[in-house]
Amino acid sequence: MCSFSIRKSPNSSFIFPKFAPLLVRHCLTLPSLVPILKPPRFRVVASLSGTSWVSQASKEKYGGWALIEDEAPLPHWKSKKKWRNVVITGVGSSLSSRPIVSAASSTIDAATVSPPQSQILSTRRSLLSGETTASEIAKSYLSRIRLTEPQLKCFLHISENVLKDAQEIDARIARGEELGPLAGVFIGVKDNICTEGMPSTAASRILEHYRPPFDATAVKKIKELGGIVVGKTNMDEFGMGSTTEASAFQVTANPWDLTRVPGGSSGGSAAAVAARQCMVSLGSDTGGSVRQPASFCGVVGLKPTYGRVSRFGLMAYASSLDVIGCFGSTVADAGMLLHAISGYDRFDSTSSKQDVPEFQSQFLSVDSFESKPLKGVKVGLIRETLEEGVDCGVRSATQEAASHLEALGCLVTEVSLPSFSLGLPAYYVIASSESSSNLSRYDGVRYGNQVMAEELNKLYECSRGEGFGGEVKMRILMGTYALSAGYYDAYYKRAQQVRTIIRKDFKAALDQNDILISPAAPSAAYKIGEKKDDPLAMYAGDIMTVNVNLAGLPAIVLPCGLVEGGPSGLPVGLQIIGAAFDEEKLLKVSHIFEQTLKVSPGKGGLEEGTLVVLPLDDLGGGRGTLGGRFSMSTSFVLVTA
Amino acid sequence: MSTTLFRTIQPNQFSLFGSTLLRWRRSSNFSVRCCGSQTTTTTQKIKQPSQSRIAPKNHGSNKLDEILRDYEAVIGIETHVQLSTLTKAFCNCPNSYGSHPNTSICPVCMGLPGALPVLNSKVVEFGVRLGLALNCDLSLKSKFDRKQYFYPDLPKGYQISQFDIPIASGGFVDVDIPLEFGGGHRRFGITRVHMEEDAGKLLHSDTGDYSQVDLNRAGVPLLEIVSEPDMRTGIEAAEYASEMQRIVRYLGVSNGNMQEGSLRCDVNISIRPIGQTEFGTKVEIKNLNAFSAVSRAIDFEISRQALLHNQGQADQIVTETRLWEEGAQKTVTMRKKEGLADYRYFPEPDLPEVILTQEYVDSIRASLPELPEAKRRRYEAMGLGMQDVLFLANDVSVAEYFEAVIGKGADVKSAANWIMSDIAAYLKNEELSINDAKLTPQELAELIAAIKDGTISGKIGKQILFELLAKGGTVQGMIKAKDLVQITDPAEIEKMVLKVVSENPKQLEQYRSGKTKLEGYFAGQVMKMSKGKANPALLNKILQEKLNAKD
Repeated sequence: MCSFSIRKSPNSSFIFPKFAPLLVRHCLTLPSLVPILKPPRFRVVASLSGTSWVSQASKEKYGGWALIEDEAPLPHWKSKKKWRNVVITGVGSSLSSRPIVSAASSTIDAATVSPPQSQILSTRRSLLSGETTASEIAKSYLSRIRLTEPQLKCFLHISENVLKDAQEIDARIARGEELGPLAGVFIGVKDNICTEGMPSTAASRILEHYRPPFDATAVKKIKELGGIVVGKTNMDEFGMGSTTEASAFQVTANPWDLTRVPGGSSGGSAAAVAARQCMVSLGSDTGGSVRQPASFCGVVGLKPTYGRVSRFGLMAYASSLDVIGCFGSTVADAGMLLHAISGYDRFDSTSSKQDVPEFQSQFLSVDSFESKPLKGVKVGLIRETLEEGVDCGVRSATQEAASHLEALGCLVTEVSLPSFSLGLPAYYVIASSESSSNLSRYDGVRYGNQVMAEELNKLYECSRGEGFGGEVKMRILMGTYALSAGYYDAYYKRAQQVRTIIRKDFKAALDQNDILISPAAPSAAYKIGEKKDDPLAMYAGDIMTVNVNLAGLPAIVLPCGLVEGGPSGLPVGLQIIGAAFDEEKLLKVSHIFEQTLKVSPGKGGLEEGTLVVLPLDDLGGGRGTLGGRFSMSTSFVLVTA
Repeated sequence: MSTTLFRTIQPNQFSLFGSTLLRWRRSSNFSVRCCGSQTTTTTQKIKQPSQSRIAPKNHGSNKLDEILRDYEAVIGIETHVQLSTLTKAFCNCPNSYGSHPNTSICPVCMGLPGALPVLNSKVVEFGVRLGLALNCDLSLKSKFDRKQYFYPDLPKGYQISQFDIPIASGGFVDVDIPLEFGGGHRRFGITRVHMEEDAGKLLHSDTGDYSQVDLNRAGVPLLEIVSEPDMRTGIEAAEYASEMQRIVRYLGVSNGNMQEGSLRCDVNISIRPIGQTEFGTKVEIKNLNAFSAVSRAIDFEISRQALLHNQGQADQIVTETRLWEEGAQKTVTMRKKEGLADYRYFPEPDLPEVILTQEYVDSIRASLPELPEAKRRRYEAMGLGMQDVLFLANDVSVAEYFEAVIGKGADVKSAANWIMSDIAAYLKNEELSINDAKLTPQELAELIAAIKDGTISGKIGKQILFELLAKGGTVQGMIKAKDLVQITDPAEIEKMVLKVVSENPKQLEQYRSGKTKLEGYFAGQVMKMSKGKANPALLNKILQEKLNAKD
């Protein structure tokens, strides 16, 4: 009989035959990675064929980009009149990081700066033109992973099938078959999203070696469209954390500065895209877990409207807040990935039947932009997000971004969300409460780590006690407390009332504005370990993002500047929030913002033995500069003496 | 039978369970009493109510009656009904009883990471049907909640249920108490009806070393029906439960099978001195697998609690869950301090609210069948006695059969008698349900008509009935084939009478010298000669003429 058992009598030995067909256990090795990793050879990565092709093509295609900017002098940048009202006084001196690059920095060398290109589209072009093959791209990504992974630790598992999947794509091309829109696109998947037969652990010991028997709907869709899952990315255990330090297995480093956190909880997905270990990746966002790491790692992070993407196969943290989100190095990539995974799913009753528009029409090339491409778009800058507690470099970058939007034709005004500060406590009550329930299933009885014990309650206690990390336990305790008889009204119910108020405030602000903007996080990436012993400080870092989850709205974070720190500065993200199911507008605005953003070269900060960001074209050339764009079209080089 | 033995092992002198003799049998759709010939059925039924829905509290119940002079029991029942949907409540797994362990399972009902529930719309439909049948108010907007506790048979660590907004609430159910238990009509309040999912099953090993979990049942849809504490006796409680079974079967929402656990009753019971308004301490009784067990467990519990009261140990009645042990015929403590459990209910975020439109509710209301109570009142109005009414309305297929027979013009009383006596006996013997009988309602109506118009005698009718039940065919065809038409020609009968009289001179002499009882002998001989076809009335008349004739 296919069953598992619990012991009835407390004195005899405890047998727990496992649920065989569903619990194939394998040790957690990275079979394809291991042989690659030894011996570690430190050398310059062979340039990614696909990416270098992009550079070439882009120069040809976007030759006229600077011209557009010249024709549109964007007078608002300089006047700064508007922003006198916005600049908040009395900022503490502790928040002193200065912006080194920002949206409105005007010095541009058009020859070295080209707008970032969609890797999905360029991959497709190069595959269809025969310029390269999926197998070649796969090999270059694998070798890049091999080289960078020892420092970054973005992945918990690398798929054994990357090359095989790529060969399949090549075979399809050779046979002249139709290619899915994601054919040959290398995708990282956050470890809390189920992938059939591939370890999916949510970075928790309690699910160590667990391999789900099914693909999450988002993963299934990606595979159907030709996407290749590279591996499973590191995260804070069950999504609980903002640094990826709460992973039970490893700490991921920020590619911009290896001593800093990549953010979290989707830190592995963000860092992997920033480090070009994959083209795009899936994350999940419960309180900012896609947007904050996107900001920290200088990539685009897209959190769709609650219900836009099926949650089936996403290991639940807080069901009413969780969404699967997308990372890309461009807005277009994130948007196209979102399109691929969106839509109603009969396996998720909370998924929406709203039509999914064809986002791709929003991703026009720069040369087709009008002089004021965003003319008339009403933008609300959320006043409360620039108040005390926000790093001044972040604040400036946000304000510069607002200026840039104005230059593009937007009407930018300040809006107030009176309930803004209520969001954080309400979020932590709701998320903890739901997680205390969602994590009940990890009891060691049917799957996951089980600790043998003398009797049933001991089995639960030990399996969960040893399986969960400290942060998870703390949140389960908080949530259990908040839902307990006698406390429910004071906590959970109250938090739900706050949630209603926050929804109303957002609704009012979005009735008056097309989009809202704010920083993605109060600061740029901080040091590993810096907030590890101060959970409240870490929670406070979620202040910019949690309200959006409580309201269920879509939001995108994209790089808008750099602040000082690390070898070459640290990226800062701009958060753009839209009305429910209006991702289209978000993508349009952010694409134009991204394509017209001018960034001056940052500081090189290259030191021996450290991992830095180099322009691809500069691969051979000694001391690096932050070329082109500060996060895109860059390549990692490990410089050895 | 076991009564004596039972009493010797019962430590409690308040054992009142003579009725253990009567085993409750209700596994077939149509189980019936055995009975005699057609003509005597009615009287026998009254004397011997063997199809006891509930074990009668007759013998040995003096003590209980005594107790109930001082104490009043307050009883409420929670009934779990497993719905006969094709698939489970929140996934596509087949909802089938008796499959090999852990074969009807999937990531959703196993509670695998990332799996989400999706509500089976049939569950809502059945909830609405039952809510309407129980005269409840429906919540046009209800929701699901999570009830949280750890147990190996509960894969997700919570049960999806409904907490503060059940789909239906505030109804009632009407019950007729059988005559053998004093008769009468009762109305019991229904507090609420809510939708939820079942848990898996633990199978404990014989040695007790380990237990196994079978998750086939996990996620099977249930409706929980909570009654008001309106019942006062075990009989009332068992009748309430029995009515629930009838209703869910009439509605087609469940097979209501207690042995398979499709219908499970948990009884809440407290007693209080008569005259006291506040309730006593409530005890819950589980593991009641038959209506007789409901009744007997309650009677046991009343006695147990009354004894504690009488001994001044009322404080030993504590809030607890007790198990009914069928073998020992008593309740034993299962777990105490039930009241302290905190299930930390909160709204299920994986499922949207359940919104019903008025049109949807109206369409379901329009599709409801006639319910047992309405049927009973209608049968009563046809002139049937309560015993017949309860029997016929008990099983919807019997009721349908009965109505089909009278729809063909058969006399109501005769139809009832035939169905309740000979047909029922036959089906019971053969372990068949009425739907398996080869005798169609049409032919039963023909049979009744043929007897009524004198074409065949009642005795012949009975003979061919069993053949029709077993083999099918038509009444007319059988009468023709076997030449069974009653002889109603006086000349023909007279011929036979004369023949018999002349062949029995000795008996005739005796008769004429005053031994008139011998008339029966002669009648029998004539009937034998006619192969049972002679019209009895004519035969008797002619026979008397001939016997008394002075020649």
